[in-house]
Amino acid sequence: MPQGDYIELHRKRHGYRHDFFEKKRKKEARQVHERSAKAQKALGIKGKMIAKKNYAEKALMKKTLAMHEESSTRCKVDDEVQDGAIPAYLIDRENTTRAKVLSNTIKQKRKEKAGKWEVPIPKVKGFSKFLFVASQYVLSQVRPVAEDEMFKVIRSGKRKTKQWKRMVTKCTFVGPGFTRKPPKYERFIRPSGLRFTKAHVTHPELKCTFNLDIIGVKKNPNGPMYTSLGVMTKGTIIEVNVSELGLVTPAGKVVWGKYAQVTNNPENDGCINAVLLV
Amino acid sequence: MEVETEQGETGKSVMCVLTDPEGTTLGGTMYLPQNVGPIQLQQIVNTLLKNEEKLPYAFYISNQELLVPLGNYLEKNKVSMEKTLSIVYQPQAVFRIRPVNRCSATIAGHTEAVLSVAFSPDGRQLASGSGDTTVRLWDLNTQTPMFTCTGHKNWVLCIAWSPDGKHLVSGSKSGELQCWDPQTGKPAGNPLTGHKKWITGISWEPVHLNAPCRRFVSASKDGDARIWDISLKKCVICLSGHTLAVTCVKWGGDGVIYTGSQDCTIKVWETSQGKLIRELKGHGHWVNSLALSTEYVLRTGAFDHTGKQYSSPEEMKKVALERYNKMKGNAPERLVSGSDDFTMFLWEPAVSKHHKVRMTGHQQLVNHVYFSPDGQWVASASFDKSVKLWNGTTGEFVAAFRGHVGPVYQISWSADSRLLLSGSKDSTLKVWDIRTKKLKQDLPGHADEVFAVDWSPDGEKVASGGKDRVLKLWMG
Repeated sequence: MPQGDYIELHRKRHGYRHDFFEKKRKKEARQVHERSAKAQKALGIKGKMIAKKNYAEKALMKKTLAMHEESSTRCKVDDEVQDGAIPAYLIDRENTTRAKVLSNTIKQKRKEKAGKWEVPIPKVKGFSKFLFVASQYVLSQVRPVAEDEMFKVIRSGKRKTKQWKRMVTKCTFVGPGFTRKPPKYERFIRPSGLRFTKAHVTHPELKCTFNLDIIGVKKNPNGPMYTSLGVMTKGTIIEVNVSELGLVTPAGKVVWGKYAQVTNNPENDGCINAVLLV
Repeated sequence: MEVETEQGETGKSVMCVLTDPEGTTLGGTMYLPQNVGPIQLQQIVNTLLKNEEKLPYAFYISNQELLVPLGNYLEKNKVSMEKTLSIVYQPQAVFRIRPVNRCSATIAGHTEAVLSVAFSPDGRQLASGSGDTTVRLWDLNTQTPMFTCTGHKNWVLCIAWSPDGKHLVSGSKSGELQCWDPQTGKPAGNPLTGHKKWITGISWEPVHLNAPCRRFVSASKDGDARIWDISLKKCVICLSGHTLAVTCVKWGGDGVIYTGSQDCTIKVWETSQGKLIRELKGHGHWVNSLALSTEYVLRTGAFDHTGKQYSSPEEMKKVALERYNKMKGNAPERLVSGSDDFTMFLWEPAVSKHHKVRMTGHQQLVNHVYFSPDGQWVASASFDKSVKLWNGTTGEFVAAFRGHVGPVYQISWSADSRLLLSGSKDSTLKVWDIRTKKLKQDLPGHADEVFAVDWSPDGEKVASGGKDRVLKLWMG
């Protein structure tokens, strides 16, 4: 039992001291004077600290006063016509979702300020024609990945003399029905720790991000072999499942597969960020 | 009848009793031969009811429509022939409305999203309200803009035609209402102010209670409903009592006003002094939408499918009362409310303050409920991407229409109650067939969310508007 409880215990048993409340009142009344004397006398860092505390208290009080005053005065808020008209049955609802979009936009702006947000990434040097219309963006280029960076040589055999096995050192997408080959025939190992099934996909117009399932790797800019291995490096085009976004074609059909381009280095970040190609 | 009994003695027959939807029997039990189908039953009903002109009927056995001869039905569903078979007959509309299947015009004009569209009760005029603060009237023959009514200070959220088609009222987000003359597109008087927040619904007094139309009621976010008089140009009565926003308001055929609110209650008001008559409690969350069984006939007033025009208000009142009484029958007015708690309630406010049935099944909030014009069905649009169909008298679940991939915002019935239209966030409109319970027509074309749909009372056209700022007209 902690030491400090004896006062409470005593009070519980015998009640308060006869002059307790009187003393308390006097102490509180004196405290204001004591504090002001201290504030006037304090020098240096202590003085600054006191000043700061007093300032914060005063600001808070003014704010609360203003808030209480506001309820009595009529405020004009809805007078301007805003963009993005919605029907009466949605007015009370959309606030939440729109606010979410807004916060996403803010986040995105911050990212843009940080200069990390240059997407999509069009091509590798020496990788000539790319099907997707991505050239309209301001672009940074994809760094070509050398083969010995992409693969790690695995030595095998009893004396570890054979060097035909490779381990992929980048993130990969492996389909759901995949089973590994027997070790004797397995030339490329895709480590399960670097396998991904989901990507964070940003819709460039809605300015919000969704966690979507990856359907497949469409094109790796470093070459068709990496595409067939399902390697995902920066600039790779992946196909993602967008059915939960509820996108509809002009003919009224639901879109469920859409392409997205990877914008980060998944092997460094441990997650896949991508931007939807629309 | 004699012919029937004679046949009954010769062939195999089954004991039947014909009842109307409320359960009143018609002509006692009778033996019907097994080869009797819907056509013969229709003849029997017409003779028994002594109808001068032959009306079409649909027949239901335990909520399933009878489409084959009785014998086949009995065999297929293994119904015992020893019991009395109860057959429910439902009168059908004598006219048929062609399903819409193509977009006949896309009219641009609004510079912001179209928030509401409404056909006039006679189906000859069309008005739309938009986020660009204007109300526009459209010429349906040439499918071009006719008048642009400016005057509101903020988004025009709701519009409503008076049931005699002579006035148009619109409510805006800044809480003011404006009455327009549809013939000239000019404002009739100054804006009606009084509401402190935006308008959520407008409903006119039925024409059979008061002709020519003068009064209407508006609901607002500020928690009040107000009755206005357009000839006095002011608020007559303020119905206050709700503690939160009023989301929906309906002026019933018996001269009472129903308001649904976000405070989870539905209140019933009397209209001469604005006294609260009843409070219907039961919902666990906001009440979003109300529908009356007589709503369609109240909306169209004296106008029916024949397209007849009336010269004097008295004549109109008489015809409207006739139509209303015919539609209502001798049953009390029914009310359905759709709510944020994913359920709907069926009430009979004139009889009791407790609900009749709770209709459950939706997995998201119910945004819009609507009675079919003949009062036989209730359709509900929900954010769970489905439209559900319910029996309008018993509240039993009938069918779910799935196909939309986004929340369904609004629904609208065709005047013959055989087709249902739904508009959704997924930018499509869909037409559903009530008989087959299937999708009849998919109408893609909008570039963005569809906020408002309306099927014209004469059945020729469908209008829709949405976030893509265009008004689309669809035809059959």
